[in-house]
Amino acid sequence: MRKASGDARLSRGTLVLLQAVLVAVLFGLWWLATTEKWLDPFFFGQPLKVVQVIVDWFVSGKIWPHLAITLWETVLAFIIGSVLGLGVGLWLALSPISSALAEPYITAANAMPRVILAPIFAVWFGLGVLSKVALGVTLVFFIVFFNVYQGVKEVSPVVLANARMLGASRGQLLRHIYLPSATSWVFSSLHTSVGMAFVGAVVGEYLGSAKGVGYLILQAEGTFDINTVFAGILVLTAFALLLDFVVTRVEARLLVWRPRAAETEAL
Amino acid sequence: MTAATASAPGAGVALPALALDGVTCTFAARGGGERYTAVRDVTLAIAPGEFVSVVGPTGCGKSTLLNVGAGLLVPSAGTVHVDGEPLSGINRRAGYMFQAEALMPWRSALANVVAGLEFRGTPRDEAAARGRDWLARVGLAGFEDRYPHQLSGGMRKRVALAQMLILDPDILLMDEPFSALDIQTRQLMENELLELWSANRKSVLFITHDLEEAISLSDRVVVLSAGPATRPLGEFTIDLPRPRDVAEIRMTPRFVELHEAIWGVLRAEVLKGYAQSKR
Ligand SMILES: Nc1ncnc2c1ncn2[C@@H]1O[C@H](COP(=O)(O)OP(=O)(O)OP(=O)(O)O)[C@@H](O)[C@H]1O
Ligand SMILES: [Mg+2]
Repeated sequence: MRKASGDARLSRGTLVLLQAVLVAVLFGLWWLATTEKWLDPFFFGQPLKVVQVIVDWFVSGKIWPHLAITLWETVLAFIIGSVLGLGVGLWLALSPISSALAEPYITAANAMPRVILAPIFAVWFGLGVLSKVALGVTLVFFIVFFNVYQGVKEVSPVVLANARMLGASRGQLLRHIYLPSATSWVFSSLHTSVGMAFVGAVVGEYLGSAKGVGYLILQAEGTFDINTVFAGILVLTAFALLLDFVVTRVEARLLVWRPRAAETEAL
Repeated sequence: MTAATASAPGAGVALPALALDGVTCTFAARGGGERYTAVRDVTLAIAPGEFVSVVGPTGCGKSTLLNVGAGLLVPSAGTVHVDGEPLSGINRRAGYMFQAEALMPWRSALANVVAGLEFRGTPRDEAAARGRDWLARVGLAGFEDRYPHQLSGGMRKRVALAQMLILDPDILLMDEPFSALDIQTRQLMENELLELWSANRKSVLFITHDLEEAISLSDRVVVLSAGPATRPLGEFTIDLPRPRDVAEIRMTPRFVELHEAIWGVLRAEVLKGYAQSKR
């Protein structure tokens, strides 16, 4: 079985090396294009200056409070959005009347581009952390909600009947059957929902704030400091990758019971 | 609890542990199809401590009847009595071993086995000890921490068996419990089941495709007709001596005689059922 895919695969070391080369080539091209003035450095920045900005941020420690705020907003938005999505998802999935009532509104609310709510949240919650969290929550909520709803609907009727025969009460069915099934769906959408919480935080900051990486970008843009804008984008990207890595680790821990495609180990 | 004074329909000297009376199950049409009557007017009683097997062609309604007995399915017509009391809701006296996969995939083998105890509020340590004991009895010692997807089909069946038996139910409803096992393991499990049954006289309603299995285990074998509108075609009392060894009993002349008699009835139905499912 292993041979089939083995031929087309590179070893891990080569792969990482090639990926690094690819990034270096892209940066090289960027550098070449801007120093040779094929692209205007005023609009496209200069890689060396961008790197300089990033190094300055970390050496002086100026970036940490901003990163901490962005992280805090992301975490809060993720937790609050997940809990709300889980609660409402379970409730609607298990109560046909409420779900029939709420369905058109849920669909409408989900279809609405929620970024336009940012100004309203800024008015309601001010320019601090809360308005960003609120935006993130509206993004995370729907992802979690739909996954929980699906998770409850996909519970195997036989597993459910078996639990009932074993004497599970309604509350125990909720806790031992519906919740595990729903959370497994929530975990499988963990990447998307953490990503959305992050988007909510950064977009919120960008649209009006006094702190955070999004604010740094906003501020630099105001002074046409394109290098700092790029530096902010790169830091955000690295940060997003880090978050994603953490999520992957958490996921592997929580979903041990899930069957995976191929689990044999090469000797 | 009120005393069961009212005599159940069909009650003899002792009230039957489980009695289906005139049970009809009609499934509503979905997507423009016709309504389908799976079983019609089935009357079936299991005396306390009796081992009854039901055989019949595939799709005839065996699982449907078992679901009715378990209280999972409300019949379109007819009544169900448990120890003389009309059944409403889940049958609390019964344990059910399902034909399809019924283990919770997010729980390890041990956690699945102790689920019923957990629902009843048994202390964790005691439950775990009993769970380990039961896993060992079904030959799965050392597999406590495996998740269902890490077990073979036969192993999962044995976990399900332990999951049911740990609660010590009076009535066992078993839907082709051993059909996924190889013949040796199967005979071991069958003997284990017989031993357990004779030790504390449970009432068993056992469904199988395998006529030899039905005869070697049961006091009585019920043959169902092919669907739709399945009904019992015949009942055969199995007068083989007990205690039995399921492998040895198959060699006796009386076993062969009974097998021939029942197969004579069943054969035609199996052919009919097969012809129907092909259409
Ligand atoms: N929920 C349902 N809706 C419609 N038809 C159903 C439903 N459940 C069962 N049936 C039909 O009722 C008949 C009996 O089904 P059942 O599962 O009881 O068969 P069975 O005797 O257990 O078969 P097998 O031996 O293959 O397990 C089948 O024809 C099936 O298609
Ligand atoms: Mg069946």
